[in-house]
Amino acid sequence: MDTLPKSACEACPQFNANGLKKLGINTTEFDFVVALAGNPNTGKSTVFNSLTGLKQHTGNWPGKTVTRAEGGFEYNNQKFKLVDLPGTYSLLSTSEDEEVARNFILFGKPSVTIIVVDASRLERNLNLVLQVLEITDRAVLCLNLIDEAERNNIEVDTRSLARDLGIPVVATSARYYRGIPELIQTVSDLANGRIHCKPHRIKNIPENIEKAVQKLSIELKKEFPEIPNSRWIAFRLLEGDRHIIELLRKGEFVI
Amino acid sequence: MKKDNIENLIALSNDLRWQIGDDFHDNLTEGIYADAAEIVSAAVHKKDEKGKLRFDARIDKIITSRTWGFPLMFLVLATVLWLTIVGANYPSAFLGNILLDHIHPFLKTLATNIGFPIWLNGFLIDGVYLAVAWVVAVMLPPMAIFFPLFTLLEDFGYLPRVAFNLDNLFKRAGAHGKQALTMSMGFGCNAAGVVATRIIDSPRERLIAIITNNFSLCNGRWPTQILIATIFVGAVVPQSFSGIASLAAVIGIAVLGMGFMFLTSWALSKTVLKGEVSTFNLELPPYRPPRFWKTIYTSLIDRTLIVLWRAIVFAAPAGAVIWLISNLHIGDITIAAWTIDLFNPFGFLLGLNGVILLAYVVAIPANEIVIPTILMLTVLVTGISGGAGAGVMFEADSANATGDILRSGGWTLLTAINLMLFSLLHNPCSTTIYTIYKETKSVKWTVVASILPVIMGFVVTFLVAQIWRILA
Repeated sequence: MDTLPKSACEACPQFNANGLKKLGINTTEFDFVVALAGNPNTGKSTVFNSLTGLKQHTGNWPGKTVTRAEGGFEYNNQKFKLVDLPGTYSLLSTSEDEEVARNFILFGKPSVTIIVVDASRLERNLNLVLQVLEITDRAVLCLNLIDEAERNNIEVDTRSLARDLGIPVVATSARYYRGIPELIQTVSDLANGRIHCKPHRIKNIPENIEKAVQKLSIELKKEFPEIPNSRWIAFRLLEGDRHIIELLRKGEFVI
Repeated sequence: MKKDNIENLIALSNDLRWQIGDDFHDNLTEGIYADAAEIVSAAVHKKDEKGKLRFDARIDKIITSRTWGFPLMFLVLATVLWLTIVGANYPSAFLGNILLDHIHPFLKTLATNIGFPIWLNGFLIDGVYLAVAWVVAVMLPPMAIFFPLFTLLEDFGYLPRVAFNLDNLFKRAGAHGKQALTMSMGFGCNAAGVVATRIIDSPRERLIAIITNNFSLCNGRWPTQILIATIFVGAVVPQSFSGIASLAAVIGIAVLGMGFMFLTSWALSKTVLKGEVSTFNLELPPYRPPRFWKTIYTSLIDRTLIVLWRAIVFAAPAGAVIWLISNLHIGDITIAAWTIDLFNPFGFLLGLNGVILLAYVVAIPANEIVIPTILMLTVLVTGISGGAGAGVMFEADSANATGDILRSGGWTLLTAINLMLFSLLHNPCSTTIYTIYKETKSVKWTVVASILPVIMGFVVTFLVAQIWRILA
């Protein structure tokens, strides 16, 4: 593979920072789609701006990104399209913003999903992270606002976190561009298949639910061998998600 | 048969859902949280339980307290306004001096020398140029102060606290608590406030927020309020108190606007827009030190210049219209004079006059040009000297000169107060109306949002005028 690094320098994100070109909203042709998910007010839009060079309005209040924003960047001659999803606490309910985020991650099939979390409020944020990891295999955790966490004397062991979640973890402070080169490198590595994830799957589920999910999931796979994520769709069917049922009936799952 | 298989699948999922029971969702959520807790306990170490989170909580205890929440809010509002009012004076005078006293005569001479016909000269330079110059001189300085201050507060994390404080009032009015945020945006620009209502999920509550956003005094109306309050309200109290009295009058109007917003929201939610108040959770974000220079830069580029450009685009044709109606004649009087005569009786009923009503018709595209239009038209009908000719907008050199012109046009304290009220309660500007249409996609609600405030303005000014005349 010609994209493999030949020396330690080339594998280093700081060295490769020169390879970054911010493309703004020019996203006509691209090699990869990257989704940006996360709780409200974790600085998603700031991460988005620092990657794309766009100046989407940011503000310190939850929910100010009301529409899906798109932008792009080029890294080592590969073009990435970045989609900023509305901030949500969960993907399980029926509100419009959660549906947009959920369906994009499931059906938009992004090459990589960046999950932005607030390092000081990790436990609350992990709720969404674990749900996203049920849907997609290729994700990176962006442990944002790490400077605030440090000021609050909160220490996060990124290696332990990466091991438990089964995905790469990058600590960032997007406001000050800290960790952004590493984030870009990781996204590029994931997109090109140089990093393989073994995402965490929810463990603490009562046995009867787990059994039902498995049973349904097996049936789904029989019917749609190409289905993006049978386990998650089984969860949604058990929840009675009308949207998913409708898609099943239309046969629009399989691309 | 694929179709049958799919229906079987759905049937199977329905069966399974029955088997596992109602608490599926809760169990799943509990499972997720249990996993999250395990992972966090392995990865996160808090060295010191005290620290900034506690500090944030202490600030919140004061800012969102029952006792101090509201006074602090008004204090913040007053400070921002005071800085805007006082700070904008000097750059406004400077810009006015350059654009109106130096560049305008220069252009005038230039056009004459090149050989422009008189009508084109008047139309372009006295009409279009002066309107644009006025907007730049009067609007740019307050916007360049107000927007960055507002953005700094936003970055710091104050807005969600305002929403928190006002939530209870909104709930009682049958509206969504997040309307506090869109209302605050409206203090900058109503069109921006209307777009911001997208954060409200429920269509009913969003419509309420859109219709009532106009009750937030926007940027184009602050200068009118400030100028009129300074001239008329400041003049009735002793000199040393005039500044405070004017500021109090302006804040009074702003607060009255909020009162009308609650009242209208309440009335709408009890009649045509009935429904449950939706609950939502609002996270109070941590206080973050704003990145000062970056905030100043982006709010200047992204907000101030964009809004200014819009104002210029609208002011230019309005300036042309003003010049035209003051120079085209029906019989032997100008269209402007004819219309003013027509409006005068109705204006008197409202404690206003024909000039003001005509000015509001002309100024539908941009509220900013109300005062210069009023001055120009007043000069036209009173025939006093002081202006620069028929249909020429101008900025009187000082507040005193402006006051003299208005008094000679028959203005009293009642006219001034009712103008301030009418400036609060009238139709939104054309940009906002267009934005409302784009957001609601409904002609009906656009019409309601445009007409309702005018009717309220008529009723309020009429009542004030009648009571005033009985008492006086």
